[in-house]
Amino acid sequence: MFEGPTGHVETVDLVMLYIVGISVILLLGITAVMVYFVFKYHRKHGHKPKDIHGSILLETIWIAIPTVLVLSMFYFGYIGYEELRNIPDDAMKIDVTARMWEWDFNYDNGKQTDTLFVPLGQPVKLLMKSVDVNHSLYIPAFRIKEDVIAGKETFLGFTADRVGDFDIACAEYCGLNHSMMYTKVIVMPNDEFASWYNDESEVKNLVESGKEE
Amino acid sequence: MANGTIAANLKTFYEEGTTKSNKGIWSWLLSTDHKRIGLMYLGAIAIFFSVAAILGVLMRLELIAPGETIMEAQTYNSIFTLHGVIMIFLFIIPGLPAVFGNFFLPLQIGAMDVAFPRLNLLSFWIYIVGAILVLVSLILPGGPIDTGWTFYIPYSVRSGTNISLAIFAAFVLGFSSILTGLNFVTTIHRMRAPGMGWFKMPLFVWATYATAWIQIIATPVIGITILLVILERMFGVGIFDPALGGDPILFQHLFWIYSHPAVYIMILPAMGVVSEIIPTFARRTIFGYRAIAMSSLAIAFVGYLVWAHHMFTSGMSDTARIIFSLLTFIVALPSGVKVFNWVATMYKGSIDPKPPFLWVMSFIVLFSIGGLTGLVLGALATDIHLHDTYFVVAHFHYVMFGGTGTIFFAALYYWFPKMFGRMYNIKVANWGVGLFFVAFNLLYFPKFIMGYLGMPRRYYDYLQEFSSWHLISTVGSWVMLIALILVIGNIVYSIFKGEKCSSNPWGGVTLEWHTQSPPPLLNFQEIPTVKHEPYDFSQLEEMKNES
Repeated sequence: MFEGPTGHVETVDLVMLYIVGISVILLLGITAVMVYFVFKYHRKHGHKPKDIHGSILLETIWIAIPTVLVLSMFYFGYIGYEELRNIPDDAMKIDVTARMWEWDFNYDNGKQTDTLFVPLGQPVKLLMKSVDVNHSLYIPAFRIKEDVIAGKETFLGFTADRVGDFDIACAEYCGLNHSMMYTKVIVMPNDEFASWYNDESEVKNLVESGKEE
Repeated sequence: MANGTIAANLKTFYEEGTTKSNKGIWSWLLSTDHKRIGLMYLGAIAIFFSVAAILGVLMRLELIAPGETIMEAQTYNSIFTLHGVIMIFLFIIPGLPAVFGNFFLPLQIGAMDVAFPRLNLLSFWIYIVGAILVLVSLILPGGPIDTGWTFYIPYSVRSGTNISLAIFAAFVLGFSSILTGLNFVTTIHRMRAPGMGWFKMPLFVWATYATAWIQIIATPVIGITILLVILERMFGVGIFDPALGGDPILFQHLFWIYSHPAVYIMILPAMGVVSEIIPTFARRTIFGYRAIAMSSLAIAFVGYLVWAHHMFTSGMSDTARIIFSLLTFIVALPSGVKVFNWVATMYKGSIDPKPPFLWVMSFIVLFSIGGLTGLVLGALATDIHLHDTYFVVAHFHYVMFGGTGTIFFAALYYWFPKMFGRMYNIKVANWGVGLFFVAFNLLYFPKFIMGYLGMPRRYYDYLQEFSSWHLISTVGSWVMLIALILVIGNIVYSIFKGEKCSSNPWGGVTLEWHTQSPPPLLNFQEIPTVKHEPYDFSQLEEMKNES
């Protein structure tokens, strides 16, 4: 957790930890109090039950405190989301086309691949559209996804900080081979990426090796 | 609460019906008695639940290991769709209102029946026609639908399976829901016993009331949407399909404008049942009656305004995503109030943890997990990662099955002696709850972990790295099957062979406990006059004198 292949991973994991942390405390608290009451006020002890109709003070407290908590959760979720959606203007733009059941990545210089190649440390903006039904480009390792739909362009951005290859899945149900619509994003050091990007002859090989994944 | 309403030796509603002949199949199928209609719903719903549960077990079996195990991809896609369609449209939406609302709403407000008994019978038959249409769509050429229960466009316009018929079935079922809602609203407004002011109504009635309004107002939206999809499939109208110039996101909006409020149709009555069971077994009044009643209305109202949190990754504008995220957190608050008030109701009670109470304890834990993980999904940064993964699958199974499903059993175990005049085996019932709780977590908790690790939902096949979690979940599905057999078997056996029991075995004080078990055709010997608050247990002594 926290250290990830993009800076955004840490943000998402921290928001997750914050919400889950509070949730676990609440859950354990509720469960413990409930179980305690069941033992303490068990009928076999013969207590006379006491009718307590409510308490304005208590009820105000357990409306007010959760309100503050959920608003803070909203806020952290919102901040993390803004970070994802604010993509620098100098981001490298790659056109993505989804179809049942494969991905095409089109680069500015005309290169086309079925595996996504990106340079290390360079902000990337994927401009996505579908030619048939709804899909969703999902990179679990980067904690990001966005639906890819027909008739409207959607976008997704990231900056990879670690060399390696990471799964891309389709997250929006799209029929028979939905679960096989996997490809990879391959993060390369800058010089390696540049030589790949500018080398026409290498295109074919890499595309083919991408297909074998 | 009432005087002189316990009547010995009146004919029960099993012995006396509304038709000419009191016996035979037609005295049930044509009965306008709300109790018989409730029991017919119970029978139908039990069958559909069992079918959909078995489909779920088959799905889990396919997913026990990567690759093909017992079925092909197309079969799997149809099975997960059917599991969802049957569970949602035939079990959990009608579930509590149609069975327990029908049976106990008139009893709890001291009425002889619902306001429109014949409309009530019509609702039942519309439900059956809808269910038959679903079944017919399975066997016609074209094959069972494979779109998922959400019917997202464009896939649902292009799929060659019997989509038009299947969604038309949902359209028909919608009318059953609307008419039931209409009936309940009128009944609650017009037919309360003398002395029963709004704030003397049992909380199950409040919850049913809030639910009924959602049924009336939200359901037409899905009806219209379904008709538009059928028009699109038949005539290529081009409202939703981008290839024809339509907007697929518009479909998602319309779908969720109904289907999110529908989530509250599913859970609100369950919350009402919880508010009945806890006071009865703690033998003290509910803590914060008005807050619980009003929070049902608040949930019903705010529940209309959060639908697009199902669409945070859909390509909708950032502004819309942020606003819907905020509203989603607001709707969490009234549910929180209820949970706190329920636990507070146990304070200084005299608690007798009989099976219905154990179901409720199990509910509070499972529903809290479901609700709290909803906060993770309401927050934008985390939802972008978790949307359409197994985390969501786990979340809604905790809320729907762990919440409403658990309470369906709680209600059955609570009101069983009133419905059948018999008692089930308490020991087996206790084991049933325990095993259900263990099985539930074994089956669904691994899905939270898989989801966070990036396992997308609606996947026929999956990467090797998820296989051990899938294996645990599948084993959980087998334990769940055993638990369900135990829980349902105990009930079925006891309907016929259970020991006869008294009219008020738990010591409940709401009006349904003031009449005999099973109740007579017109519910009460004479309409009771309400003098007490709904959960005033000081009347238990006078109730003993009544009998």
